[in-house]
Amino acid sequence: MKQPVVSRRALFTGGAAVVGVASGLAAAQAIDSDDTTGTTGPAAYAFRGEHQAGIVTPAQDRLHFAAFDVVTDSREELVELLQAWTEAAERMTAGGAAGPIGPTEGDADLPPDDTGEAIGLPASRLTLTFGFGPTLFRTPKGKDRFGIADRQPKVLRELPHFPADALDPERSGGDLCIQACADDPQVAVHAIRNLARIGFGTVAVRWSQLGFGRTSSTSTSQETPRNLFGFKDGTANLKAEEPEALADHLWVAQGDDPNAEWLVGGSYLAARRINMRIETWDRQTLQDQQDIIGRTKQTGAPLSGGEEFSEPDFAMPGRGGPIIPVDAHVRVVHPTKNDGAQILRRGYNFVDGSDDLGGLNAGLFFIAYVRDPEKQFIPMQTRMAQSDAMMEYLKFTGSALFAVPPGTRTGEHVGAALFA
Amino acid sequence: MLNRKLAVLVPILVAGPLLASCTENTKADDSDPRSIQVVSSDDGCDVSKVEVPAGTLTFDVTNSGSKVTEFYLLAEDGLRIVGEVENIGANLNSRLTVAVPEGNYVTACKPGMKGDGIRADFAVTASDEKVEVSADEQAQIDQASANYLAYVQDQSDQLLTETTKFVNLYKAGKDDEARALYADARVHWERIEPVAESFGNLDPLMDLREADVADGDDWTGWHRIEKDLWPEEAKGYRAMTPKERKFYADDLLENTKKLDKQVDGDLSFTVDGIANGATALLEEVASGKVTGEEEIWSHTDLWDFQANVDGARVAFEGVKALLETKDPELAKTLTDRFADLQKLLDAQKTDDGFTYYDELSPAEVKQLSNAVNALAEPLSKLTGAVLARS
Repeated sequence: MKQPVVSRRALFTGGAAVVGVASGLAAAQAIDSDDTTGTTGPAAYAFRGEHQAGIVTPAQDRLHFAAFDVVTDSREELVELLQAWTEAAERMTAGGAAGPIGPTEGDADLPPDDTGEAIGLPASRLTLTFGFGPTLFRTPKGKDRFGIADRQPKVLRELPHFPADALDPERSGGDLCIQACADDPQVAVHAIRNLARIGFGTVAVRWSQLGFGRTSSTSTSQETPRNLFGFKDGTANLKAEEPEALADHLWVAQGDDPNAEWLVGGSYLAARRINMRIETWDRQTLQDQQDIIGRTKQTGAPLSGGEEFSEPDFAMPGRGGPIIPVDAHVRVVHPTKNDGAQILRRGYNFVDGSDDLGGLNAGLFFIAYVRDPEKQFIPMQTRMAQSDAMMEYLKFTGSALFAVPPGTRTGEHVGAALFA
Repeated sequence: MLNRKLAVLVPILVAGPLLASCTENTKADDSDPRSIQVVSSDDGCDVSKVEVPAGTLTFDVTNSGSKVTEFYLLAEDGLRIVGEVENIGANLNSRLTVAVPEGNYVTACKPGMKGDGIRADFAVTASDEKVEVSADEQAQIDQASANYLAYVQDQSDQLLTETTKFVNLYKAGKDDEARALYADARVHWERIEPVAESFGNLDPLMDLREADVADGDDWTGWHRIEKDLWPEEAKGYRAMTPKERKFYADDLLENTKKLDKQVDGDLSFTVDGIANGATALLEEVASGKVTGEEEIWSHTDLWDFQANVDGARVAFEGVKALLETKDPELAKTLTDRFADLQKLLDAQKTDDGFTYYDELSPAEVKQLSNAVNALAEPLSKLTGAVLARS
C-alpha cells in the first residue's frame, strides 16, 4: 500500500506544504498527498494541537520509547530543554531534521546538528509524545527540585507492586518520557537518538525500549493486530472515533485535580514491560490457549460466538462452566467487570534477543492512556494479576507512570502550563 | 504458581467419551470422502454425507444458530459416544477428528446443549483403512487411574508426616534441623503440585512466592518460613518472633491436613488428567525451578526440580502402556528424554541432596534448561496422543 510521502529533502528545500494543525482526535491533515489512492491516513501528523499526537492517532507500526532522569536541579535548564525538544520535535514530525541546519548542510568543522540516518526518509507518521514522571515533582527523598511539587497530580505516583511483578529498577520509572511512534523504525530511533543528544547535561536516558509491531488499534480504520501469543489484542479498545468515551475515560478534565489544572486535556500513561513465557505458551493446546484468552485464535471472536467485535456473552453456559471461562483474559479485563473502566491501549510487541537460557526475551511493551490511573489502570491490573489465567505466562519486568500534558499550542513549549 | 491444567480432577468418565481434538480451523475439503461438513442451527443438523468409508473421519462443525451447540457421533445404540465436540458458540466452528470402523452410527447436534439432540443415521462402510479398537484399552485406562491415585495419596501422606516434623522443629527453634528437612519435605509437595493446584485456594496459601503477593495481602506458607530460615540475603529482614513462627507453622500444617483430606476423599483421575499433570509439572520446572525463582532464599531449587520430574515421570509411566499402542514413537522419545534429563540431575547430586542453585554455573543451568525444553516439547503432545482413537 502506497503512502503519501513528505520527504525530508523537500522540506529542506522549501518544497513542503505547511503541516496541517488540527485540533483534537486523530484529525491531523494530510500534507503533500499527491497520491491519495489506498492511503490509510496522512503522511505526517501535526506536532501542535489541543491534545498531544501519538495517543488517539491511529497506532503506527513501530515504537521507540525512552525514559529520562533529569540530572540538573536547575529549573531554567529544564525549561530550556523542553523548549529545545519542542522545536526539534516539531521539525522531525514534519519530516525535517532535528536541528535547524541539517545533517550535511552545516560547517564541515562541526558535528552536524542532525545525526543523518533519516536522510531521504519520509516523516513516516512520526509522533512524539512527552510525559512527566512522579519523580520530576519530588525525588524519592521528597525534594522539590524544580518548584513544581505543589502541582503534582495526586494520582501521579509510583505504581504499587502487583503480583508477578519482577521489576528491573533499570527498566522502570523515570522523570520524563518520550514515546516515539512511526511507521519506519529508523525514523522512531532517529527521533529518540537526537532528542537524547540534545538533552545531554540536562537529562540522561534511564531506559529505552524498541517495539517492532503495534498490538492495538486506536482507530476503527485499523485492523486489530496480533500479539506474540498469536491472538488479536485490544479488540475492545477505546477508539479515536468515540469522542464521548474519550472524554469520559481518556482526557483529564477541569476539576479532576485542583492542584493540577495544567494537565487538563492531557492524560496518564502507564507503561509495563511484560515478558511472555513464549516457549511454555507454545506448548499449550489450541483449546487451552483460546480458553485462556476467551477468544478464538483465528478470528478473535469471543468464545460465546459471533465475529471479532461481537460483545462477549459472559453468562452463556458451556459444558463445565460458562463458555468463556471465569479466568479468561477477555472476561477479567472487560469494562463490565471493571466498573465500566475503559483504557486506551497502545502497546507494541518487542523482542530483545534471547535470554540466558536461549528463550526469547520477548513480550508486550504495554502502554495505556487513562484519565485516572487509580480508577482505571490500577484496579484492572490488580484484577488481572489475581484472577487472569494468562498471568501464568507473563512476567512484568518494567513499570512506569507518567502524566502526559495536553497538546502544545503555537508559541508554547511542551508542558508550558506546568512551568507557567 | 497456579496452573491452569485443572483437568486433573475431573470426575472419572472413562466409560464414556474419549474427547477428540476440538479445534477451530480452516474448512475441511469436501471432496475428501472422509471429510464431512456439519451445519448446526437452532433447529437443524445438516450433515453433508450420510455414508462414508471407514477410517479417520473429520467433521467440520459450524454453528449457524444462536445457541451454544455440540456435535456427537454415537454408536448404533445411540448411547455410546464415539466422538464429540463441545462448546461451539454462535457463528464459530470446530472440528472433530476420529477414527471410525465399519458400522452403523448416529450423528447428533445439540443446540442449547440440552436433550437428545437432533439425530440422524450415519453409515460407515468397509474400506482399506484398518481401524482397530484395542480390547485392552479400558483395562489400561483403569489401571493407570488406580495407580496414579495411589501415588498421589501416598505422596500426600508423606507430605503430612514430613511437614509435621518440619513445623515442630521450626517452632522449637531448631533451625539447623528445620533447614535440613525443608527441601526433603517439600519434595512430596512438588511431586503432586498440580493436584494441590486443583483445590483452588490451597496452592497460593501454601506455596506462594513473595514476588507474587499483592500489596496488602497476607503471605503464608512454605516460602514465608523459608525466608525466615535463610534471612542472609534478605535486606533489612526482621526475624519472626516465636509467636509469629507458631502462627505460620500451624497455618501450613493446617492446610497440609486439608490437602491430605481432600486427596483421600472422593478423588479419581481421567487419563487425560494424568497426562495433563505430567505436562503441568514440566512447565513448573521451566518457569520456576530452572530459573532459580522458586527457592530464592534457600536455593534448594534442584530438589524441587527433581521432584517435579519424578511426578511427571510417574504420570507418564502410568499412561505409557496406553501410549505405546497409539504412538510408540512418542513413547520412545519421551522415555529417552526423561533419561537424558535425569542424567544431568544425577550429575548434580551431593551427599545432602543436590547442588544449590546459586552454585550452578551458567553453562550448567543452560544445559538443564535445554534438556527441560527437549522433554517439554514432545510431552506437550502426550494428552492428545493418549486421547486419540487408535
